[in-house]
Amino acid sequence: MSAVPVTIRRTVELQIDGDAVRVPEGSTILDACKARGLDIPTLCYGETLTPVNACRVCMVEVEGSRVLVPSCARKAEDGMVVRTRSDRVDHSRKMVLEFLGSSVDLSTTQHVDRWNREYGAAPERYGPPAPPAPEGARDRAQAGRHHAGDGQTAATVAQPVKIDNENYVRDYAKCILCYKCVEGCGTDWQNTFAIAVAGRGFDARIATEFDAPLPDSACVYCGNCIAVCPTGALMFKSEYDLRQAGGWDESAQTVTETICSYCGVGCSLELHVQDNTIVKVTSPLDHGVTHGNLCVKGRFGFQYVQNRAPGADDGA
Amino acid sequence: MDLKLLDSPPTTAERDAVDGVLGPPASAWVGGERGADGHAALGGHAARAQRHLLLPVLHEVQGRIGWISPAALGYVCRRLTIPPAEAYGVASFYALFALEPRAPLVTHVCTDIACMCRGSSELVAELERTVGPAGEHPGNGRSIWLESPCLGMCERAPAALVTRAGDEAHEHEIAPASASDVAAALASADAPSPPPPLVPQAGDPSLRLLRRIGRVDPGSLDSYRAAGGYAALRAAIDMGPAGVIREVTDSRLLGRGGAAFPTGRKWDAVARNPVRPHYLVCNADESEPGTFKDRVVIEHDPFALVEAMTIAGFATGCERAFVYLRGEYPLAWERLSTAITGARARGFLGDDVMGAGVRFDIELRKGAGAYICGEETALFNSIEGYRGEPRSKPPFPVDSGLFSKPTVVNNVESLINVLDIVLEGGAAFARIGTEQSTGTRLFCLSGCVERPGLYEAPFGVKLGELLEMAGGVAGGRQLKAVLLGGAAGAFVGPDKLDLELSFEATREVGTTLGSGVIMAFDETVDLVPVLLRIAAFFRDESCGQCVPCRVGTVRQQEALLRLASERPRGTVADELALLDEIGQAMRDASICGLGQTAANAIDSAVRELRVFERAAG
Repeated sequence: MSAVPVTIRRTVELQIDGDAVRVPEGSTILDACKARGLDIPTLCYGETLTPVNACRVCMVEVEGSRVLVPSCARKAEDGMVVRTRSDRVDHSRKMVLEFLGSSVDLSTTQHVDRWNREYGAAPERYGPPAPPAPEGARDRAQAGRHHAGDGQTAATVAQPVKIDNENYVRDYAKCILCYKCVEGCGTDWQNTFAIAVAGRGFDARIATEFDAPLPDSACVYCGNCIAVCPTGALMFKSEYDLRQAGGWDESAQTVTETICSYCGVGCSLELHVQDNTIVKVTSPLDHGVTHGNLCVKGRFGFQYVQNRAPGADDGA
Repeated sequence: MDLKLLDSPPTTAERDAVDGVLGPPASAWVGGERGADGHAALGGHAARAQRHLLLPVLHEVQGRIGWISPAALGYVCRRLTIPPAEAYGVASFYALFALEPRAPLVTHVCTDIACMCRGSSELVAELERTVGPAGEHPGNGRSIWLESPCLGMCERAPAALVTRAGDEAHEHEIAPASASDVAAALASADAPSPPPPLVPQAGDPSLRLLRRIGRVDPGSLDSYRAAGGYAALRAAIDMGPAGVIREVTDSRLLGRGGAAFPTGRKWDAVARNPVRPHYLVCNADESEPGTFKDRVVIEHDPFALVEAMTIAGFATGCERAFVYLRGEYPLAWERLSTAITGARARGFLGDDVMGAGVRFDIELRKGAGAYICGEETALFNSIEGYRGEPRSKPPFPVDSGLFSKPTVVNNVESLINVLDIVLEGGAAFARIGTEQSTGTRLFCLSGCVERPGLYEAPFGVKLGELLEMAGGVAGGRQLKAVLLGGAAGAFVGPDKLDLELSFEATREVGTTLGSGVIMAFDETVDLVPVLLRIAAFFRDESCGQCVPCRVGTVRQQEALLRLASERPRGTVADELALLDEIGQAMRDASICGLGQTAANAIDSAVRELRVFERAAG
């Protein structure tokens, strides 16, 4: 066996909020901030995905840069002077949170209430929300054309939820257009390319070709898009149905870790169980085999576990 | 790549349109019917390497069929091995592509700010009365009219663009356009002969960039050469690439597209970059409202651009170049295509340019109605067959640009300056203009001036002098405001007529020359609708990638609508403070220049002209 190659990673030293920080070369500013224990809000950032720096909530000030820079994507450099809580930074974060909060349903997005308080974001100050778009209207929006209204209501992406298969739903009223599902479906992981960003501007949306239903699209139901969705726009149908019925209760759920039994790869599964029923399946993002990804069998093929004989006791 | 395509075969016409661009399929497998499972996994790297043909193919389908059907898109995807969701994402990005059946004849009527000063609102009102509402078929079902952002015909405002799809597809501009012109165009689309250039200084011996306009035949290489054409390329070849870059650096030429980056430094960085190949891209996606300079140059002196690009490619080691021309310029497209073909036929492009062993050629690409594609990295994505979304910088184009290779990207006006720099030397060029802004500048005068048109003047000319050259305010009325630099620029009041037009002097007073727009508004123009149009423009043209711009442009428009209707949330001052907050976030946190400048004109109107404070009494 040949010798194990030794890689010596260079480090870079930068200043964050006045403190010197040393991180391995290639780290992002966000990595460096995390190493300092700083809490930088992120939405489109995913630890298993290529940064797209689209949400702009993680912006920081870098001395010498005319504009703020996205900490999730910008590499740390020697001598960089970074400020994570300047007035400009706080203002931008507040506005991004307001822009999203006033146009998107963030009711199932983690941390948003805390961030709104921390940055003084008040999404309601843009006025009452405009009525939701009829089914399919946003999917037919033509680039470069819009209906302006009178400004008395705030435009939103509200629209009916798309339910076209038994596995998961797409509630694009909750979509912040973070691109993570597109990346997970595309070159970052699955290479299926069933979805892409379509349209332009405020009418930009995640879509299959011509808004075709998922069963007609290239979707293979791996659910890796659900795994990376930060807002609950993509959701197990089982979770969606429970939420609709008012029965979703995370405090009553347990998580059972196991290994997928379908093939020899050995993917880790986390079975989320409520009332002795599997309500969704995830895999740890930091798992060396899956990086959070599964295939349709591991993700959705769990019904056999809980098939109960007619009349049998509910397992209690 | 395993593709899953929607289940419908293209029509013969659709197939012909696609094959017309890509050539016939290499085998029946590619072009033929797919398997029963709906999957196709053919084409491989060779097909995927042709992805940059996606935009030209979509243009062809749109032009021949009048819309891009699911079946046509599916066939395109199969030929180029592109996932249909991605191709749909690209097609739906552009305003000029229809993804639902549409009338074959479409007249796009400009309702942007320069045309607003010249009666576009009345034109639209008359069309609504006589023809019908925008987008609706007037009786025959064969034609519609649509409102359009700036068509870049501001010197002949109000303008319209007629596009006819079908086997005899063609496009032409009507400017100035009346309601009866538009109605006639909707009835039949015979193209009128193109008008002469509106360059009021034509023939003035002091002209440099415009000296051949109107004096050479734009279709004739001989005419261009008789006027001194190709002397610069000969001189460039004699001095060698390093010599050319030295002269351009010494000239201190700053980019004319809006960002004013030193051209010499850009060229030098690419020339020194060891990564190959290098690409040259000419940004002719002139879409800034009020800008028409590049169109006039290309329409009337296309060989100048071809020659200048050849010099740029020679100097920076690029063998392949692209011109990205905006889709709304049919005459410029036709003339530049002819010039490129003509130059190639005579050995001024190709494997052995001018017999000097220089390999260089130019491909033309057409935008499809997206202002954002004028942003250089969005432009690269558009050429490569992706959505025209800007990339994050760094890396900068000189390191990683088109096809992720070192790329020189220059505006048309920047490039044609190089001809005289090579002939006269950089030092002589640097003596023209001001200390920091060397050379002359093309100024697009439009709006309420007596003689709108394209003007050339040395940097340092005063704003008032330029307006005088254009005959002053039309009808002898009082000047109310001037918009400098287009929708991404800023308004100044009549107190700024002494403003020296140079990069440094405009920067000092917090405004910009941008793309050379000088749009005058007289006392009769209500600026509030102008601001609303600018806000609508940015909302329409935001690519949607980043939150500050995607939502900020909407919230900005909503606040303006409330101010305009005098129904503010809270007080007028509250709304102005909100606009300021929105603008600050867009400026600080947007990915690209579009979002960063989307509040500038509105901000300047509020601060400098106090538009809403007056309205509030």
